[in-house]
Amino acid sequence: MDLDYSQFLSMSHEVSLVVVLIVLLLADLLIKNKKAFQYLAIAAFALHTVAGFCYYTDMAGDAFAGMYVSRDAHPFVKNILNIGTLIVFFFSFEWNNNENKNGVGEFFFLTLSTLIGMYFMISAGDFLFFYIGLETASIPMAALVAMNKKCTEGAEAAAKYILTASFSSGVMLFGISLIYGVCGSLYFDEVQTAFTNITSLHIFALVCFIAGVGFKISLVPFHFWTADTYQGAPTGITAYLSVISKGAAVFAFMCILYKAFANEPDVWKSILWWLIVITITIGNLFAIRQKNLKRFLAFSSISQAGYIMLGVYAGYAEAKVGMSSTIYYILIYMFTNLAAFGIISSIENKTGKVGMDDYNGLYSTNPKLAFAMTLAMFSLGGIPPFAGFFSKFFIFAAVASTKVYGDYVLVFLALLNTIISLYYYLLVVKAMFINKSESPIETFKIDTMSRVALLVCVVAILVIGFISSIYMNIYNISDGFAN
Amino acid sequence: MNILSAFVVVLLVMLVAVFLIPGEKKNAIRWTMAAGSMVILGLAGYLVWDFLAQREAGATDKFLFADSTVWYEGVINISYSVGVDGVSVAMIMLSAIVVITGVFASWAVEDKAKEYFLWFIMLSIGVFGFFISVDLFTMFLFYEVALIPMYLLIGVWGSGDKEYAAMKLTLMLMGGSAFLMVGIFGIYFFSAEDGGVLTFNLEEIAANAAMPIEWQRVFFPLTFVGFGVLGAMFPFHTWSPDGHASAPTAVSMLHAGVLMKLGGYGCFRVAMTLMPEACKEQAWIFIVLTGISVVYGAFSACVQNDLKYINAYSSVSHCGLVLFALLMMNQTAMTGAILQMLSHGLMTALFFALIGMIYGQTHTRDIRYLGGLMQVMPFLCVCYVIAGMASLGLPGLSGFVAEMTIFVGSFAHEDLFHRVLVIGGCTSIVITAVYILRVVGKILFGPLYKIEKVGDQYNYVSEHHGEVHHYPLRDAIWYEKIATIGLIVSIAIIGLYPVWISDMISESLEAVAAMLN
Repeated sequence: MDLDYSQFLSMSHEVSLVVVLIVLLLADLLIKNKKAFQYLAIAAFALHTVAGFCYYTDMAGDAFAGMYVSRDAHPFVKNILNIGTLIVFFFSFEWNNNENKNGVGEFFFLTLSTLIGMYFMISAGDFLFFYIGLETASIPMAALVAMNKKCTEGAEAAAKYILTASFSSGVMLFGISLIYGVCGSLYFDEVQTAFTNITSLHIFALVCFIAGVGFKISLVPFHFWTADTYQGAPTGITAYLSVISKGAAVFAFMCILYKAFANEPDVWKSILWWLIVITITIGNLFAIRQKNLKRFLAFSSISQAGYIMLGVYAGYAEAKVGMSSTIYYILIYMFTNLAAFGIISSIENKTGKVGMDDYNGLYSTNPKLAFAMTLAMFSLGGIPPFAGFFSKFFIFAAVASTKVYGDYVLVFLALLNTIISLYYYLLVVKAMFINKSESPIETFKIDTMSRVALLVCVVAILVIGFISSIYMNIYNISDGFAN
Repeated sequence: MNILSAFVVVLLVMLVAVFLIPGEKKNAIRWTMAAGSMVILGLAGYLVWDFLAQREAGATDKFLFADSTVWYEGVINISYSVGVDGVSVAMIMLSAIVVITGVFASWAVEDKAKEYFLWFIMLSIGVFGFFISVDLFTMFLFYEVALIPMYLLIGVWGSGDKEYAAMKLTLMLMGGSAFLMVGIFGIYFFSAEDGGVLTFNLEEIAANAAMPIEWQRVFFPLTFVGFGVLGAMFPFHTWSPDGHASAPTAVSMLHAGVLMKLGGYGCFRVAMTLMPEACKEQAWIFIVLTGISVVYGAFSACVQNDLKYINAYSSVSHCGLVLFALLMMNQTAMTGAILQMLSHGLMTALFFALIGMIYGQTHTRDIRYLGGLMQVMPFLCVCYVIAGMASLGLPGLSGFVAEMTIFVGSFAHEDLFHRVLVIGGCTSIVITAVYILRVVGKILFGPLYKIEKVGDQYNYVSEHHGEVHHYPLRDAIWYEKIATIGLIVSIAIIGLYPVWISDMISESLEAVAAMLN
């Protein structure tokens, strides 16, 4: 396939993000007022987000000789990531104004660089392109994690992140080279036809590959970096890591499994079965014991990653169902987790407190924040009528739709785990509503930007489940993918 | 608008109204609650009347007042579908009575009254939504909506070891719903033959009857246990005593009175109706378990000293009887089961209301430290005796009608296994008399204990960590009287003139009973 410029039309998201990046680079040089720069950056990115919805239709197409592919679902997922990133920017506004005064330009530039990496990851049609996207998404991330320059925890977090990242991408590259060895190609389409007559080498290649991606999604046993990195990173970045980065990686992983390894679903199905069970269980069990809310949400997000993978798993029988439930879960998980992180980050910005005990009696001093946090916790725990219930229900339904005995066992184990998760989510609710405190967090007003973002998240948590057209629409666009 | 949706809508309006009233205006909130629940009660009364009239006029549909709106379609088929048969009408009536009496019983809540009533409404929304639904998904959604407010209601406004009890209750009930959810997925994905349109609609699933027996064997126990946890089936009943003991008065009332009925109703409506073959095969296991609940609950109540624990264990016993009778799978016994739900709902609500009112004044529920209350608060104590008599099955009150129907129906099984278990279950009546009379004799009659009389005023004297407290005692005041009298009248109506209600229930059960036999 020849390259002509019309192919760039299917890359509208990437092109427009590059434009935003360049504008911001120049603006950072020219604009000395950091606050004005932030407004500009947020406005530019918001424009990009809105534009993402506008050139939504008719973007299906390939570029770079099939290394880049775009189908109906891809722009939609990119739009989800955009909205999430925008919310993160809103929540980080106050932090950028105070603690991060000297790094505002870097903050936006690095974040958006990782975002463009994620775009490439998602739209990859070839293992090499996927790898480039993954690295683009990983390396600036380490710098972002170390954004708190004065605190040693930040440095530790970044070191842990970059070391694990490089090791796991080494493993993944090994897997990819083995795939090339056994299939003779790196294009997903060609791998699909060649990846048959399974030998142990095939399986080993697949395992190496899954291990590499598993790091990005922080599946157990590739999760060891997660808690420390989440704790040490600035809260906005933690939110970004736990939602955007994870969501993009899951989606890209799903694309590859459904496309490149579509002919041998049984192989990855059994691997995923075990990965999901241990991820959910270990994540949950460790979350119970956490006292620092950022660590707590780190383990909670590990177990949530397990739930997201349920949707990927379900696709071994029917890609459309698995894919739509996964995207839907990511969408709702994004709003829910961002709400939780938003509250944590506003409280941390005001008071510096992130311990679970610090939240004792929060309801008596900051009832609105406590209320929003409760919604987020209930939604994460899958309690109706909040959005998290719908996403959990649909993702379990996707797994159960296969009518296979082992899948019902998986659903059952995952459901038992939701009880454990409910326990620790309720601990947060308990701290805010029931526990008494000598020195509760004093009453304060959160800044306007965070308030707007929080309001968006809360409204989303309350209404998304009831608007059935969202899920039905995702189901419809999930179609044109597996080819 | 459909009258059934009106229940949920009225509650939602109440939710918004209470949300908008500032927290300091407690009386405004209380009267909003009272007005709203009056409307609910009026709607429920009209529903019963209209339902009977329509049946009289020859309406033969299984569910009357049916209405359905498609919600999700294509990837998963969910509708918001409502409809009621005789059983659900009875349950809605019960819920309406318990909700309004619960509002009056919580009149005295001062601490964070607004939040309390918000969660209270949320719980009611779940309850009513559950009973009006004929779509399994919305039913499950409302079921969980009813469960989660319990955590905060007990945790914040409860007494005693409330945090432990709240967590235990929530986790066990949610554990039950984890079982249930697997069962629901099974029911849904086997709701039509291969290639057919899958559905969550209860009526359509029952009509399709597409689930093969080998899958029914898997999903029936999951579903039954899932609902059974809420129905306090042995060995999953342990949340109930702790939860009820720690909950604030009205929450105990609503929980024991209505929420536990969700379990029995769900077992019947979902597990037994949709998977009848497996039910026939496995019924014996659950008959044994529920039989244990009946007797074990009654014996446990005999040795408890806390009034709420006594009543909570008594609930385990009586709710066990509901499931026990349902599993007998004939029309008479099942009618008895539904009557027992009604009767237990009313009298246990009355018990918890009275216990709350006594505890509010004495600050102790321990029967060892109470005595001679009849002289101090005659109104409450007479009501307590009436509740006790209803509980042990005195003719003329609702308990007698229900238990009589249950045991007559159950005894119709002629094989040894059923006969032995039914006789075992019957002993619970005697044991009930033991624990009821023990309490009545100990705390109501007999000499004054720890109560001193200063002029006309009685004071309860308690010693706590060396400090002596004097709590003034009084008889019931107006809102407490409304709550108790309302419940007693309902109990008496069922007891004295049960025919209309048992006919209404019985004809709805005819088809199910025929299928299960």
